[in-house]
Amino acid sequence: MDFLRPTGWEEALALKAEHPTAVPIAGGTDVMVEINFDHRRPQQLLDLTRIGELRTWETGEESVRLGAAVPYARIIGQLRTELPGLALAARTVGSPQIRNRGTVGGNLGAASPAGDAHPALLAAGAVVEAGSVRGTRMIPVDSFYTGVKRNALAPDELIRAVHIQRADGPQQFSKVGTRNAMVIAVCAFGLALHPRTRTVRTGIGSAAPTPVRAVAAEEFLAAALEEGRCWDTGRPVPPSAARQFAELASGACSPIDDVRGSAAYRRRAVGVMARRTLDWAWHEYRTDGDGVQQCA
Amino acid sequence: MRVNFTVNGRPQQADDVWEGESLLYVLRERLGLPGSKNACEQGECGSCTVRLDGVPVCACLVAAGQAEGREVVTVEGLAAGGQGELAPVQQAFIDAGAVQCGFCTPGLLVVADDLLAHTPQPSDADIREALSGNLCRCTGYEKILDAVRLAAARAGAGQEG
Ligand SMILES: Cc1cc2nc3c(=O)[nH]c(=O)nc-3n(C[C@H](O)[C@H](O)[C@H](O)COP(=O)(O)OP(=O)(O)OC[C@H]3O[C@@H](n4cnc5c(N)ncnc54)[C@H](O)[C@@H]3O)c2cc1C
Ligand code: FES
Ligand code: FES
Repeated sequence: MDFLRPTGWEEALALKAEHPTAVPIAGGTDVMVEINFDHRRPQQLLDLTRIGELRTWETGEESVRLGAAVPYARIIGQLRTELPGLALAARTVGSPQIRNRGTVGGNLGAASPAGDAHPALLAAGAVVEAGSVRGTRMIPVDSFYTGVKRNALAPDELIRAVHIQRADGPQQFSKVGTRNAMVIAVCAFGLALHPRTRTVRTGIGSAAPTPVRAVAAEEFLAAALEEGRCWDTGRPVPPSAARQFAELASGACSPIDDVRGSAAYRRRAVGVMARRTLDWAWHEYRTDGDGVQQCA
Repeated sequence: MRVNFTVNGRPQQADDVWEGESLLYVLRERLGLPGSKNACEQGECGSCTVRLDGVPVCACLVAAGQAEGREVVTVEGLAAGGQGELAPVQQAFIDAGAVQCGFCTPGLLVVADDLLAHTPQPSDADIREALSGNLCRCTGYEKILDAVRLAAARAGAGQEG
């Protein structure tokens, strides 16, 4: 095995082009488990932790350009205003030690349907900046996940950053697991209200082969909120609309039975989380952002 | 490959390191520092916790090469004086009866020490949160929580007095 240690982005791309099978390693919280258990024996490890820019972010007017290797702990500590949904999701990842190392770039690289960043990214709206010696590609996160633990990256590409829309309204995240810490999601749900465009976006984790949006639910709810003049008046979401939203979210799932939960349970739980996160987020919208953010 | 880094304030060099090896393996098997424990090798138990550039991490999930040029503090480095003198959290763990088989203890000491360095008077919620990545199969945790409270109380009393 070789251990490749680029100190700059261009050097990393050149190494990846030269060794397309090299396995990038950032926080190592997925990669090292696979190596320790002999599930993976790559020819080369490509260490990304020496590339300073990957650990930084820039806050623009519309979006935050989050370096691929910013650990969750930094997102929780420093980006909760701009990226509240992602910060809430990050809060539920593993343990303090895991959050000190694990990164969104690694979550995207692993592309597990259970990755907690995905529902938050889908709901907020995000674009993955992938680079190679051939140039830069901007991949909308909706089309980034291509199958179970598969993503849209070409063998010579690396994730440089994720451009995530800054919150223009309340965002929520909810995750079902057997306890509070160190839990891989049975299923998860992210929701973002976008008052500026009067739209709602969602993300579902662990209830389909890839993370998915509940597009029909989003469109239904946006229409119902418009019709009820809810955005203007701050009126409560009509209970029948909230119910329908939950049902449509549930319908967006195509889950499997596995050790963590049955398909039927996941469908039901996603509906419950959809209704709850809508409740929380709408309450916050009505109380003008003074609502306390919660996560369960 | 060769890895150079600082461990508990001393420059160290490890040779013949396999590229897929973990920092934990290097510490235990190459540098003779068996304090950090190996229980799961998958980040679940926290018994291998060390500080890497000041931040608590699972040493089993850090590739040895990622430690190049970095600073690592292990449980062996907590007692500043060496020579039998214990760090305050270590003494508190003993006094509170927080150690049974002791396998989880090194990791818990590192996270507890880190917590108190940042939050000298932690709430119970702070303590539970800081310790949430560390498993203990013996104590039922109550005495461990007592130990952290005791260390915090002693540090507070020390400062007032
Ligand atoms: C104990 C434990 C608990 C966990 N709990 C959770 C949890 O609750 N929720 C959750 O979502 N995850 C969890 N995980 C999984 C893991 O922590 C996350 O997926 C994390 O985001 C991975 O980030 P990393 O930087 O450590 O990735 P790494 O292990 O370094 O890499 C992961 C994958 O991404 C690739 N990669 C990394 N960076 C890039 C890049 N810039 N460009 C291209 N490819 C890249 C790697 O090659 C690899 O395939 C847990 C893991 C452990 C060990
Ligand atoms: S041995 Fe590293 S977390 Fe268990
Ligand atoms: S004292 Fe035995 S595992 Fe904690």
